[in-house]
Amino acid sequence: MKITLSNADVQSKGVARVERLSGEDLKKCYQCGNCSAGCPVSYAMEIPPTRVMRMLQLGKLDEVKAANSMWLCVGCLQCYSRCPKGCSVAAVLEAMRQDALREGADRVEVKDLPMPLLKKAPQQAIVCGFRKFVS
Amino acid sequence: MKISYYPGCTLNTVAKQFDSSARDSALAMGFEMAELRQWNCCGATFPLAPDNLMGLSAPAKVLSGARKEGDTLTTLCSVCYNVLKRTNKVMRDSRDKRGVVNGFIEEEYDGSLDVLHYLEVLRDRIGFDKVKEAVKRPLKGIKAGAYYGCMLLRPFEDMGIDNAERPTIFEDLLKALGAEPVEFPNRIECCGAHLAMNNDEVVTRLSGAVIDSATGMGAELMVTSCPLCQYNLEKSRGAAAGDEVPVIYFTQALGLALGQDLETLGFEKNATDVMPLLKKKGIV
Amino acid sequence: MPRIGVFVCQCGNNIAATVDTKKVAEEMAKIPGVVYTCDYKFMCSSPGQETLKQAIKENNLDGIIVSACSPHMHEKTFRKASEAAGLNPYQCEITNIREQCSWVHHDKTKATGTVKSVDLTRMTIQRLKKNQPLKKIKIPVKKKALVIGGGIAGIQAALDIAEGGREVILVEKEPSIGGNMARLSETFPTMDCSQCILTPKMVEAELNENITLYTYSEVEKVDGYIGNFTVTVRRKSKYVDEERCTGCGECMEKCPFKVESAFELGLSKRKVIYTPFPQAVPNIPVIDAPNCPKIQKDKCGACAIVCGPKCIDFKMEDRLETVEVGAIVVATGYQLMPNERFGEYGYGRIKDVISGLQFERLASSSGPTGGEIRRPSDGKVPESVVFIQCVGSRDEKKGVSYCSKICCMYTAKHTKLYSHKVHGGQSYVFYMDIRSGGKRYEEFVRGAIEHDGAMYLRGRVSRVYEKNGKIIVQGADTLSGSQVEIEADMVVLATAIVSREGADGLAQRLGIGYDKHRFYNEYHPKLKPVETVTAGIYLAGSCMGPMDIPDSVAQGSAAASKVLALFSADEMAREPITALVNKVTCNACWDCLTACPYTAIEREAIKDRKGNIVRWVARVNDGVCQGCGVCVAACRSKSIDLKGYTDEQVFAAINAF
Repeated sequence: MKITLSNADVQSKGVARVERLSGEDLKKCYQCGNCSAGCPVSYAMEIPPTRVMRMLQLGKLDEVKAANSMWLCVGCLQCYSRCPKGCSVAAVLEAMRQDALREGADRVEVKDLPMPLLKKAPQQAIVCGFRKFVS
Repeated sequence: MKISYYPGCTLNTVAKQFDSSARDSALAMGFEMAELRQWNCCGATFPLAPDNLMGLSAPAKVLSGARKEGDTLTTLCSVCYNVLKRTNKVMRDSRDKRGVVNGFIEEEYDGSLDVLHYLEVLRDRIGFDKVKEAVKRPLKGIKAGAYYGCMLLRPFEDMGIDNAERPTIFEDLLKALGAEPVEFPNRIECCGAHLAMNNDEVVTRLSGAVIDSATGMGAELMVTSCPLCQYNLEKSRGAAAGDEVPVIYFTQALGLALGQDLETLGFEKNATDVMPLLKKKGIV
Repeated sequence: MPRIGVFVCQCGNNIAATVDTKKVAEEMAKIPGVVYTCDYKFMCSSPGQETLKQAIKENNLDGIIVSACSPHMHEKTFRKASEAAGLNPYQCEITNIREQCSWVHHDKTKATGTVKSVDLTRMTIQRLKKNQPLKKIKIPVKKKALVIGGGIAGIQAALDIAEGGREVILVEKEPSIGGNMARLSETFPTMDCSQCILTPKMVEAELNENITLYTYSEVEKVDGYIGNFTVTVRRKSKYVDEERCTGCGECMEKCPFKVESAFELGLSKRKVIYTPFPQAVPNIPVIDAPNCPKIQKDKCGACAIVCGPKCIDFKMEDRLETVEVGAIVVATGYQLMPNERFGEYGYGRIKDVISGLQFERLASSSGPTGGEIRRPSDGKVPESVVFIQCVGSRDEKKGVSYCSKICCMYTAKHTKLYSHKVHGGQSYVFYMDIRSGGKRYEEFVRGAIEHDGAMYLRGRVSRVYEKNGKIIVQGADTLSGSQVEIEADMVVLATAIVSREGADGLAQRLGIGYDKHRFYNEYHPKLKPVETVTAGIYLAGSCMGPMDIPDSVAQGSAAASKVLALFSADEMAREPITALVNKVTCNACWDCLTACPYTAIEREAIKDRKGNIVRWVARVNDGVCQGCGVCVAACRSKSIDLKGYTDEQVFAAINAF
């Protein structure tokens, strides 16, 4: 993989927006890897948490947006809980997810959800899922 | 003693046994869980993006109503607890956000409520030693794995219920009930949470790992404090090696030990059957 | 009429870029009393100083102003030059027109810098007119030093001072000198055995006639000032007569009680009467009183029975000893952060999760396993060992924000020791960055990887737990972008280095500064690395911050050279900027006495001709006074003035604005 870097990337306005929405300062991350180490869904992410932070530092917002990472984050806060710099990758991904949802990129179609799920699953799963996946 | 109680949506529907066993056990321990006269959904997730104040209005409304009925609010579901406690902290500590949220909900709530998990009530207001004294049907010989999950503990600085890496509150309760708690590695790892909606693969894997981890340490029973954890663990049980392990709510374990009628504990509502284990151990 | 000269420095472009120095000089020439002015490219250069000297002589100047950089930079230079030209050096004043003027203004055309320089220089001129010639203060110096801390830095300082022919008292709070270095197995990057290079120095310190060892002792109180300190040392009761004890060890042999050894970090037990390790210096045992049944309950007493020279005394008590010294070297070292703070690594719960310092003991031939790497739980030789770096370091949330500096190197050393001792064993190292700046350090780390086969993984560990007798380590390798799980037999934590418990208390007793991590502050991080703000007190080793052995030794020697320089003359000269009491107006309210942070104020009796005391007044001890001016502010009757900064001078400057 080769990345071309320009000032527009490094000083990316899109990333600045993510920082503002999430309240996180991406510069603080020094890539220790603790978030990826403890993330329960890191194994399934196209871009694991540590690399999410790095790609955003490099201004590569589109690459992170295109990956499944933000849709897989379960918000368990293990990343935040162990980050030596006090950063929350979960908050960063939530900010990106919100942005995507505001643009109408729904992740689930309500009408497609199976009936057994709607009947048996706890409401909290449904409500939480709607908030994370539907605009 | 009367403590205001917020059940949350799930405890009124698919987790009724969680609710009823908690209420009955409370009475047996000498306090009453007084359900809030009016309440709404907590939102089921605490908004992680700090500018999402809209997401705080539902829980703030619950809190504001609860404050009018008392100074303490208890809840059972880990997610409700997490959302209410963190929202309460925002309402207490951030003047700006408090103003905006109060504007949304047309209330003047100041965050002065004490939000406690039922476990905290037992530990800090009643005392586990008192619980131990009240046990009539000790869960002797049962190796029980206490599953904390995420929302009860994290983030530590907001929740503060116990050490986020090495908690003991759950095990201490099980010990008081006469069981042998099994401290297993994955007890603070995620079950898959809301991915239950659209990603069975992840949920099966994570919840399966939780059960594997517990049974690997010899657990014969799993105990939870959250309907979603309960749902995910029960659903994923088939995929895990510990196929036989039943999953129950901690209040069911409590009610059982306090000697309540088996019918009122609602074990039949669980997707897994705990009765064979209880019979095998000679508890019933 | 005074004869004042004003020299305005251009400092290359540093000042001249925003200040019209020529204009400043011209303006100054208009002021009454100013008889000479000039501006010059670099006043501090040799030709610049020559210009200054020549002008003083030719114009018969009795006071000069140099308008240049901060007095911190060149006040000394110009005062020296003035003195060489026959002027009292305190008749030379500096106006700072660089840091506080030219550097904060942007535009020469707007002339704000020039106007301000004119104002500042004019103020200094009026101030100078009120100056009094001052003389440096001479203080007698006691040529004996006190070194606090008997680790490698303290030992080195003591040895160098002793070699220089001066007496030293070396105070150590443990029963033996040696410090943390005595615990280490081999040392990086040369892999020579720590004991082998340390013990000769320990013995040398014991045998050197100029060194007196005060082991099992702590500094309680420090009074006085540079050249004249009075230090109270608590000599804790050893319950053993040091004079008569032969060090035969019979008592330790016979003592029936064992407790966990602090020196071995809990990896083995020691007797209740003990020396911390076999090569202890002095080789005199002490009784661990809280654990001794004889002392606590009057039961046992076996040691006293077998002791040939009868030197055990259960009734012995602590003694307070006062020593008079001219200089103090502080070398109190470091300790490790408590590992229990990091629950995810399982320290304290999983027996085979140990600290780096514990690993040193396992690898040390004098350690609990005789130098064989055997894990604490069952004595098994571990087939795989995981090392986790930065446990608490660079972790502003749960640990400390700084880098502990030595862990990268000692972890590489650990992997080497392990691979040398356990053939076929595999080590894994989780690291964030490898910091191997130092002579032959990088080559050493590469050697651990390329030659000794350590597997370095760039990432952190999220969790450590036990499963089927193995320790499962879960982490990430950020270079491959994947999560990693390793089945290990032992885990070693490179725990953050922190300051000693009680470091802040000692600093307060000494009157030296410390940072938020309780590490001691050097006077200047680059140019005065072993001095403190309190004259006569020097620092060495890791009491200042994490430091390796070579640096600690270098600092010990550096501090010693400072002490020897101080001791090279019978008297020392110091700046005469001290407070002065007007005895006529002082009404002895003693507000100054309570306010003074340096205990420099004394009570002086005024007597009549027959010797009867008529009244009391305050007096300033010039040796102790640091010229801070707190007493001046506190004095209600305005009877105290600060020499060089008198009210008259300050008001003259203000009025000239």
